[in-house]
Order: sequence, then structure tokens, then C-alpha cells
Amino acid sequence: MPERIKHLPLDEKKTKPPKAEIHLIKDQCKGCNYCIEFCPRKVLEESQEINARGVYPPRIVDETKCALCGFCTAVCPDFAIYVTEKPCKEGC
Amino acid sequence: MVEQILEHPYTKFLRKAMMPHIWCPGCGNGVVLNCFVHALDELQMDLDKIVVVSGIGCIGRTAGYINTDSFHTTHGRALAFASGVKLANPELEVVVVSGDGDLFAIGGNHFIHAARRNIGVKVICANNFTYGMTGGQAGPTTPLESITTTSPYGNIEHPFNLVHLAAASGAVYVARWTNLHVRRLTQSIKKLMQKEGFGFVEVVSACPEIYGRYNKMRSGLEIMEWFKRASVVESFSDPAKAEITPERIPVGEFVDVEKLSFEKLLYEKISQINERALGKVS
Amino acid sequence: MSLKRTLLTGSHFMNGDVACAEGAMAAGCRFFAGYPITPATEIAEHLSQRMPEFGGIYIQMEDEIASMAAIIGASYAGLKAMTATSGPGFSLMQENIGLAVMTEAPCVVVDIMRGGPSTGQPTMPGQQDVMQARWGSHGDYGIIALSPSSVQEMFDLTVEAFNLAETYRVPTLLMGDEIVGHMWEKVVIPPPEKIKTINRKKPNVDPDKYEPFMPDDDLVPPMACFGEGYHFHASGLTHDEHGFPRTSSSEAQTKLVQRLCGKISMNVDKIVKVEEVMLDDAEIGVVAYGIVARAALSAVRKAREKGIKAGLLRPITLWPFPEKQVAKMAKKAKAIVVPEMNCGQMVREVERAAKETPVTFLGKLGEDPHTPAEILETIRRSC
Repeated sequence: MPERIKHLPLDEKKTKPPKAEIHLIKDQCKGCNYCIEFCPRKVLEESQEINARGVYPPRIVDETKCALCGFCTAVCPDFAIYVTEKPCKEGC
Repeated sequence: MVEQILEHPYTKFLRKAMMPHIWCPGCGNGVVLNCFVHALDELQMDLDKIVVVSGIGCIGRTAGYINTDSFHTTHGRALAFASGVKLANPELEVVVVSGDGDLFAIGGNHFIHAARRNIGVKVICANNFTYGMTGGQAGPTTPLESITTTSPYGNIEHPFNLVHLAAASGAVYVARWTNLHVRRLTQSIKKLMQKEGFGFVEVVSACPEIYGRYNKMRSGLEIMEWFKRASVVESFSDPAKAEITPERIPVGEFVDVEKLSFEKLLYEKISQINERALGKVS
Repeated sequence: MSLKRTLLTGSHFMNGDVACAEGAMAAGCRFFAGYPITPATEIAEHLSQRMPEFGGIYIQMEDEIASMAAIIGASYAGLKAMTATSGPGFSLMQENIGLAVMTEAPCVVVDIMRGGPSTGQPTMPGQQDVMQARWGSHGDYGIIALSPSSVQEMFDLTVEAFNLAETYRVPTLLMGDEIVGHMWEKVVIPPPEKIKTINRKKPNVDPDKYEPFMPDDDLVPPMACFGEGYHFHASGLTHDEHGFPRTSSSEAQTKLVQRLCGKISMNVDKIVKVEEVMLDDAEIGVVAYGIVARAALSAVRKAREKGIKAGLLRPITLWPFPEKQVAKMAKKAKAIVVPEMNCGQMVREVERAAKETPVTFLGKLGEDPHTPAEILETIRRSC
């Protein structure tokens, strides 16, 4: 917990943070890196696999860190990435 | 055409046969299109009633990509065409998506008159400081000392302050955001679409392949860094002082006033005249 | 001012420009965008009063370029639209006339020709824009242009222009001149049910099957309008049947440009209209249009009184040019006389169609059209 946060939220045990599902449309990506650079949780990094366009699309580092902020979805010029909320099964 | 576009939540707003679009990696136009369809999605507008009119330029291709009635006019004449459409059928939501050169160089006259009349046409201007489609010539918004193909020794023409121009011409809603401010841009576009009268949103856009490359910002990321470093939110400050310089990009909503739109005035007058002609009112 | 929400059915003494405006209302025009220019200003002024009476829209745009763009927009939004101008404005409109041709937007452009070039003589007649009507915009295309020679024709041909525009989805030009525009003559306006109006073909397929530029057998595609749920795209770029740009395809360019030209050239027999006076046994044929045709008719009658077998062929359709009719006349005639108020424009088409028959051009510039005596003199010298 960062130092400035003195107490956890009172309903921390009851609320479940949403789980994100990141969808990459790899062959749509043109490799601009906006999603990688501007993700506040650094969930993405450049992958090592070239896609059909000859660029390196992003790769998910750790999907559990994704906060579903949707910035990557909003900023992608090529409609190549979007996040959805993972449907919550009982006890997730 | 890539199969997976069918899964993206904004698929219904885009013409599948035309995707993927021709824009460069990191092109600001893609971000503008993304924010625009995001705004349409949140507003739940009837797509049958939207008409997208675009001018000539990279941004002009938007009309071909968006899945509504759309028209790609001659250079600079998008606003005149859009005025004709809006007056002929005021139920339609007419949006002009065009660039800085198309709207303010060759189209400058049409812009100031459409704003003056307060015709209910919405304008989204992707300002990338250059004529990108034709290879990167200087335009009316190119900053001083920029290198372009027609100013190889540095641009010596003062650029327009578009926000000031729009406000002075009579626009009722004027906002400026950059590609980086995706959320506030989307909110501005939503406000724009619901506003009565002439609204203008300027999006300071990245052109990495051309403007950026000639001006020491070789990738979209470097241009976005510039936006991050230089932009400062100054909503409702004086539009006259909102010029863009390398050190400072004032963004925000600058004008948001109420004024009766031209088509409302026109149709009111027509119905008054009609009533007199039919002998209802002497 | 007295307001009337109906056509001015009956006989009137009116000015050519006003007759043209009334013709537009009779044809169903409900959108006018224009810019003041002598000698066409009266059309705009009259329509600024009449349009609202019919619930139509009148707007004065900031220039002629905007006027032309606005009428294409209104046409695409479903209204019959018109603009009116003269030489300098006509030059400004050329690029957007090309856009109207390319996007197949039905509209009417009235050019009341005046003395040119450039600012010229705004209050004097001329017939100097005739070639520009055909070739003014860049690129290859077909166009229809009509030439009224009386105030009654200013009314009738405006209605005809709208019908042609809607039938062939092409901007139709009405090439008047300053005299026909400003003179006052008797006009008989029929009741609305006697005026034939034609509307554009509408698509009869579902929106997801609609292709905006897929032509029928007459080479004219059915036209959907904005707001009807068709979600179509139209562009000034070379496009395919779907309307999407095909800027690298020779096949698309060939198909499209040939169809735009073919739309007019293949339907020439349905479009062309001429007036033929005493042509059956004519030895000297006179080809004249517009105001000059009035003097030419008088000259032809006087020639007949003197025993010269003269006849008049008056093109009502300037473009497509009535080649067949001119060729037919040229076969029987010994000589052809072409009086025009310019330095020789339509005469070139006449020479081309007349082939071996000698053609004499009689040009006149300035405030007066040819007098019947001048044309008669040339007829006599051609014998």
C-alpha cells in the first residue's frame, strides 16, 4: 500500500474489483505504442512477435493489474485493443 | 479487411469493407475517429440521422470509414455543403470532420460565415499543423519556424489561433483538446453534438510521419510527449490568448453560450410567412 | 407585400428572371442558394420572397462556390435545388459543378450570360459562356444545357431543366442572356396539375443491399437521400458502385468516367430539343439560339419574302449539341449562317456537324444583339 494511504476502504472485503479482459486484435495494430506508454498500470509491453503488418504489437504483461480504465481502448488509433469486464462467476 | 474487427465494440460505427484505414501508425486522425464514435456510442444517437461531411485531406477519409450517410466534398467546401444539408433537413445531425488546411485556408470564408450564421453544423477539426495528405506543406496553422516542404528554411507566417477565430466568428461552443485528452475530447464531442447552433472542437493532432518527422518529433510518442508537456487546461480563459506555441498548448472549453440557431430562426420565419399566406393570420 | 402560396396561374406580363424563378417554384424547387450578381440578381430576390411562401428555403451564401456546394448538399438531403448566377460566378462554380457531376446530384444552375471576359459588361448581353457550359469544369463528363429565347421559355425551360436534372442525375444548366433575363413579355403559367414534373428514381432495395452508384439500364443510378437509413457514402474521388474511393484502379476510372459521359450521350435522342422553322426546303440554314434567334427568325421570314429559301434551326438544347438535326439541315442546304453574340463558339459545333456545307459566322459583341437586317444581309451574301 502506498504510504499516503493510511486506511484501506471500509468495504474492502466486500467489494470485488472488476477483473479485466484485454482483447488484442494483433493484425490491426500498427505499432504506435500509445497503449503501452500511457497505461497507468503498465500492463502492456511491446511483444517480440511481428504481426501481419510488420510491427510489434503489444503483449499483456499482467492482466490482473488492469484497472479497466479503458484508456488504451480510447486512445488506439486503429481499433486494435479493447478491454471488457470479465464476467464474474461465483466466488471470483 | 481483417476478420477480428467484428469483435471490437465500435464495429457497428465503422464500414467493414473500408477497414483497416489508410492512416499512419500513431496518426491523430485515428484517435479523433475513436473519440467520435465513442461519443456517438455514449449518446446512443440514431445513426440514420447522422450525416458526416468531410473535406480533402487525410482526415477527409473519415467520411468513408464511418457507417452513416457520408459525403466527401471538394477541398474547403465541406461547410457550405453541410449548410445546404442542414437547412434542407434540420432533423439531420450534420457533422463536418476536416483538417486545418481544408477548414481554414481554402475553406476559411465558409467557416466564418457558417459560424456567423450559427447554422447547426458541428465541426471537428483535426489540426496537425500541416497538409499531410499532399506530403507536408505549410498551412494556416503551421507554427513559426516549423520546417515543412514549402517552408524548408522555417515558416515565417504567423499561424491562426483557431479557438479565437471560431469564437470571434460567432461559434456557440468552442473547445480545444489534444489527442492525449481522449476522455475530455469525448465529453466535448458529446456536448458538441447536443448543442444548438454552430459548435467547433479543435483537436491538436499528431502527424508523426510528416509534420513530426520534419520537426524533430519522429514518432507519435514524441508528439504525445509534447502534448503532455505543453498542454495546460485553461477552460473559459480568453480565446484571444490561446495561441499554440512549442511551450504552451492551452486546451479546454473556451466558449459555451446559448444562441438561437439559424435553421430555427429560418423555419420560424417560414412558418410565420406561411400562416400569413394561407390567410390564417392577417 | 401580398403573399400567395400558390403558383401564379394565368397570364402575366413579367420579366425573364422572375419567370425563371416562377418556373423553379412550379417545378417543385424548394431550395435556393445564391449570390447577387447582375443580371441574375432578380431571380434571387424574387425567390427570397416566394420560397418561404411555399415552405422552401432561400439562403444567400457568401460566394458562388458556397452556393453551388450548398445546392448539392440540399439535393442530397432530398430537395430540388437551384442557383443562379452570371459569367464571373459561373466560373467560380465550375469546380463544384464537377462535384455535382461526379456525385450525380440533380440540381439546376442558371447562367444569365453577360459581356465578358472577367467583370466585362454586367448590364450587357453576351453568349460567351456557351463553350464553358460544356467544358468549364476539369475532367471528362457530360452535361445538359438549355437556351431560352423568350420570357415564356424562361418559365418553361426552367421546369424542363429540373425534369432533366432529376431524370439524369446531372446538374442542368439554363443559359439565358441579359436581354432574355431582363426583358418583359407575356407569360402564361398553367395550373399546377398541367405542369409535368419528374422526381428522381428512388431505390427499391433494402439499405444493406443498396449501392449508391449502381446504374440501371439507362445508366442512371437510383438515388437515396440522407436520413433515409441507407448509410451510403458519396465522394468526389473516383469511386466504384459502392461509392468508396478507388483512386488507383484504371478499371474504376474507365467505368465511371465513361458512364458519366455515356449517361448523356447515350440518351441524346431523348434530351435534345430544337425548333425548326421553314427548314424542309431551306437552301440557307440559319442556326441561332437565345435572344439572337428572335432576330434570326425575323431575318428568315424577310428572306423568304424576298424569295430566298431560308430556314431557322434553333437549338433549345445547347448541350448535348443537336448534331443530327444540324447534319440533316446541312445536307439539303447550300450554306449555313451562324449569328452569335461572341467570337465564335457554337459555330464550331455547327461546322463539325455540317461537314462540307460552308458555314458563315456572324459575330456581334456589345449591347445590341444582331438586327434582322444584319442577318438578312449575311443570308443574301451566302446565296
